[in-house]
Order: sequence, then C-alpha cells, then structure tokens
Amino acid sequence: MNNEIPIDVALSMYGTMVRIRRFEQAVSELYARGKIPGFLHTYIGEEAVAAGVCANLRLEDKIISTHRGHGHLIAKGGRLDLMMAELFGKATGYNKGKGGSMHIAEPDLGMLGANAIVGAGAAIINGAAFTAQYLGNDGVAVAFFGDGATNTGTFHEAMNFAAVWNLPSIFVCENNGYAESTPRRQHQKIQAVAQRAVAYDMPGVTVDGNNVGAVYLATRSAVQRARSGGGPAFIECQTTRWRGHHEADQQHYRPKEEMLTIEDRDAIRDWRNELLARGVSAAQLDEIEQTAAQELENAVAFAEASPLPDPAQAYTDIFTPVSEAL
Amino acid sequence: MAATERDAVSLGGAAPVMSPDLIMQVAPGTPAREMSYQEAIREALREEMTRDASVFVMGEDVGKHGGAFGVTRTLFDQFGGARVRNTPISENTIVGAATGAALVGMRPVIEIMFVDFSGLAMDQICTQAAKLRFMTGGQCQVPWVLRMPQGGGAGKSTAAQHSQSLETWFAHIPGLKVVLPSTPYDAKGLLKAAIRDNNPVIFLEHKFLYSFRGLVPDQDYVLPIGKCDVKRVGTDVTIVASGYMVWHAMLAAQMLEREGVSVEVIDVRAISPLDRETIGASARKTGRVVLVAEAVRDYGPTGEWAMAVTEQAFDYLRAPVVRVTGRNSPVPFANSIEDGVWPRTDDVLQAVRQVMAY
Repeated sequence: MNNEIPIDVALSMYGTMVRIRRFEQAVSELYARGKIPGFLHTYIGEEAVAAGVCANLRLEDKIISTHRGHGHLIAKGGRLDLMMAELFGKATGYNKGKGGSMHIAEPDLGMLGANAIVGAGAAIINGAAFTAQYLGNDGVAVAFFGDGATNTGTFHEAMNFAAVWNLPSIFVCENNGYAESTPRRQHQKIQAVAQRAVAYDMPGVTVDGNNVGAVYLATRSAVQRARSGGGPAFIECQTTRWRGHHEADQQHYRPKEEMLTIEDRDAIRDWRNELLARGVSAAQLDEIEQTAAQELENAVAFAEASPLPDPAQAYTDIFTPVSEAL
Repeated sequence: MAATERDAVSLGGAAPVMSPDLIMQVAPGTPAREMSYQEAIREALREEMTRDASVFVMGEDVGKHGGAFGVTRTLFDQFGGARVRNTPISENTIVGAATGAALVGMRPVIEIMFVDFSGLAMDQICTQAAKLRFMTGGQCQVPWVLRMPQGGGAGKSTAAQHSQSLETWFAHIPGLKVVLPSTPYDAKGLLKAAIRDNNPVIFLEHKFLYSFRGLVPDQDYVLPIGKCDVKRVGTDVTIVASGYMVWHAMLAAQMLEREGVSVEVIDVRAISPLDRETIGASARKTGRVVLVAEAVRDYGPTGEWAMAVTEQAFDYLRAPVVRVTGRNSPVPFANSIEDGVWPRTDDVLQAVRQVMAY
C-alpha cells in the first residue's frame, strides 16, 4: 500500500516529520531553559498525522489546529524561524508575539490558527469549508483535534452541521489515548473514536497514526471525495503522545510499563526504513536531517536576536480600522 | 412638537405605543419612506446582499420561515437557499462557522433567535471571534455581524429565558463592537455599517421596537458605529439612554418641556466602543445626568456611562447622577410581576425631577 505513494511525496513527508521532531525537541529544551514562556504542548510522537494529512493539501486549502499545533503549521509549510520567534514572544514572530505557541497562525498558508479551546476548531473549519463550497472551487478544510475534543458539544454540533450542509470538511482526530491526564477508557466508552461518524452519516475510518503512509492514503480518499462534492469525512489516527500534556507535566498518571514502551513506535524511524527499502539512499535521508538541523539552528538564532514587542502593542490589532470605503 | 394622544405609555400589560414624531431624523424634503424598524433591518440586509456577494445570512429558521420575528422574510425568495441558510439548532457552531467563513473573506450575518440563547455560543463569540485578530497579530479579521433580538416589556410574558438585555456581556470583551439601534433610521444605517465593518459586530435589536415606524431615506447611507447620537438638544438635564429606552427618554423629555425643563437626550447607539466624549460634553453643559437602560442594574451599562460622566464632567455636576434600570431580577412570567421590572417613562420622569430638585 505505502509503495503506491509517489516517492517525492514519501520523501517530503519524511522531511516534514523530521522538521517537526527537531523543532519540538528544540522548543522542549528551550522551554526548560526558560527561553519560551507560557504553556508549551509538544507534538513529539504524533508527527505522522500532520505530515500525512497535509501532504494531500494545497496552499489554498485551510486547516485549523489545536493547542498542540506546531506540527500542523510546519506541515502546512510554516517557517521555523518565524515560528520560533513567535514561541519566544518576539516581535518578529508570525503573530508579533501576541499569540504564542497556543495561537500561532499563518492565514497565507491556509493555517487559520492553533486554538486553545478544545473542540472549537471543528466549528470554525466549517465556515472555511462552506466558503470553498459557496465560491464553487474544490478547496477543502481540515480540523485537527484530539480524542478528548470529541466529547465536546461543539464537536458534535460541527459534525452534524458539516454533514447537513455537505461541506468539504475533514475532521482529523489525533487519538493519543489521553485527554490531558485522563485515559480514553475513562472519558469515552466507544471502542473506536471513528464510530462517532456513524451518527452523522459520514464516512469514518481508523488508521495507524504512527504510519505516515496510512494517514496519507486515508486522507487522500477523504480529500478526493470532498473536492468532488462528496461531503465531509472523519479520520481517526491512533497515535502516541511521547511527552506530557504540556512540558511541565511529569505524567505520573501514566503506568510505568507504558512509559517504558512509549517510544517503541517511532513513525520517523519506521518511515526511514520504508524509504530505505524502496531504494532511497541513507545519505539522502541524512541530508534531509542535516538540512532540518541547520534550519533549526538558524531559527533559534533568529528568535534569540529578535526584539521583544513594544508594550504599546497591547492596544493595537484589537480592531481592524473602519475602512474609508464605508 | 405637540403632544398627541399617541404618545401615551401604557403601564399595563398591553404594548405601549409611541408616536414616530417623537424622534425625527430625516430632514424635511429628503426623499424618504416610512417603514418599521423590522423593515429597515430587512432592507439593509437586502441592499448589502445585493451590493456584495460575500454577504450571506445564516441562522435557525431564517430561510423560508423568515426567522422567529420574520426579519429575514422574503430574503430566501430573492436570494435563494445558498445565501439565506437555515442551520441546525447549534448556536456555538453557527457562530464558529461564521467566523471561519469571515476569516477567509466572507461577510456572514448571523441571526441568533433570542440574545438569551447566546450563552450557548459564548466561546465562539468571546473567546474566538473577538480575539482572533489580536491573537494573530493583525493577520486575521472577522467581519461578521451577529443579530440578536433582546429585551422585553411588551407584557408578553416571555419570562426569564427570552427577555434579557445582555449587551454588557459582549461589551466586556475587547474586540467586539456592540450596537443597539433605537429607530428604523438608525437600524438601517448601523446595520449597513456593521456589515461593511471588518470586525465582529454584535447587533442587538429590541424585539419590542420591530413594529415601531419612522422615516428612512431612499438614498444609501451608513451611520458611524461608536458615536452617540444627540436625539434632542436641551440645557437643563441630560438623559443618556440606548435601545428602546431612548423612546421613554424622548417621551419624558417632551412631557418635561411642558414643565419648563429642557432635556437633552443622548442615544448611545453603540455601547462599545463607547463615545465618552459626547456623553461628557452634554454632562458638562447641563450639569445633571440621568442614565436609562433596560438591562438589570448591577454591572449594567449605566455603571460605565456614570464613570464616563465622572471622568469628563465631575466639576460641572450640580447633582449626583441617577440611573433608571431594569430590576436585579430574572424576568418574571406573570404580567402582574413582569410589569414592575421594566423601566418606564414615569421612572424617567421621577429621576429627572429628582436631579432637578437636588
């Protein structure tokens, strides 16, 4: 199955996962050193979801992300230097340091924002999907969210809304088994999260979220369907959160045996092996890693050297000025 | 303006009737038609939808049915189901979808059936739409309008979950504009401005005003959001009011004129952004201020208006500021209790006499 994925796409997804992993490892360390303020939720272990989904999207397709949102922006083409500066709270960041890790957005890349309210993005993405439908283009819109979000009222409203309006909305659940600290068996009774889709007469599939090829292929069929007017779809990606809910979380609630096996599944290592088996040279993959490492080094230097926003910035960007054209 | 038999206010359960002559906003000779507040809102929607294909209407029952109060009636026939869109009963997702559409270039006009139902959508209104521009450092904008009927006092026993005045819920959130039109002229001009505004605008229509009539110019016009309107010029006392309360203020002013008291009436057409300067200038001129709002007293709009008076006119005051507000009570069902919770013209008269006698 994965062998049918074009090699350039397969390599691109590898690069995306590596860039996310490097970025997240770096920000984790920088957070521990006090360089990054606020709450920091890292995506380590879940890279295959963002990489596999976004490899199917065009620049003009829209996504909306979660509090754990760095990976989605990177997968949609985000620049690591502008992201790093934003996480540092610097004026040169994507959002002038006003959003930070939990609210980072780049509409020019179709990334409508990380979002710190669990479940909220599922509602918002429907509006982007509706706009594509209204304008008659074949754009799609993707909401990422976790297993915990599928218990919110907004999620259920949004699934129903997308189904009734037959919107090109794709709902991607990153099921990492935990809603913060609460294991999934304590917060929902269904076996597979994808069962939720049945209630809205929407196709729902469950895939191995540690297999970027499986994520890519499941998304491909959902995207093709949505682009051709077939309506919304739900994709559950079963994945693993390697680190805590946020960086200060010591994960005492996770059983010891689970902690020992968290890293047994590594989507990047697995994909590397698949690429090697398809004849890609180790040197080529190493070069991808080195490029990412260099990009990251530059990003950190850029963020370190960037100025803090002026305190007066608290009072700008609250409203768009009323246009003269009124 | 002579008093007429039409300007009486009923203090019983029946709907009070106010003469349109109380508020004249169109200069004589200007081509204009008389229409109701509801028709003025519908006309604003129709004109903006005709002018701009990115404007569309969505909400519960807004399609063929025309919405709970019939405001969008006929729009479905004219513009079709693609632009006048019924939704499931899902307030939070309705507003969220409007936000998503607005983020990518549309201008949604949302109707929530009663402002009381906005509690179901507060995350999307206050924590998403209001903050997105700021959180993204100005990268995004959310040009939607959220229309919601509010208020009570029609003796209709709509009770505690269909009668509230909740403007300060929204005015407390930086990033939202909050508009309360009091007349057909204002409703049309402010709604057109709200639709063209690139920010989220909360547009609160007093449900009791829907049938009120007034002149509306034929020509296209917009009114500034964030400027108070001096509805009546006077010298002895300032009444600051918004929404339906402006009519009580105007009627009281007319009655007081016969007693030799010259009343200035300031209509706070938008409580956010609040035009403190116009309130302050009037207070400095008259030295006596009465504030009138239908919302419950505590932490309601009058508190902020009083602060504007203190900041801008303290040295000029000749009497303590007095306010007339809704009671601090959930709205009751039975007429006999309901009637007592609303501010009325008599309450305004008493308040003015109180500040005049100080």
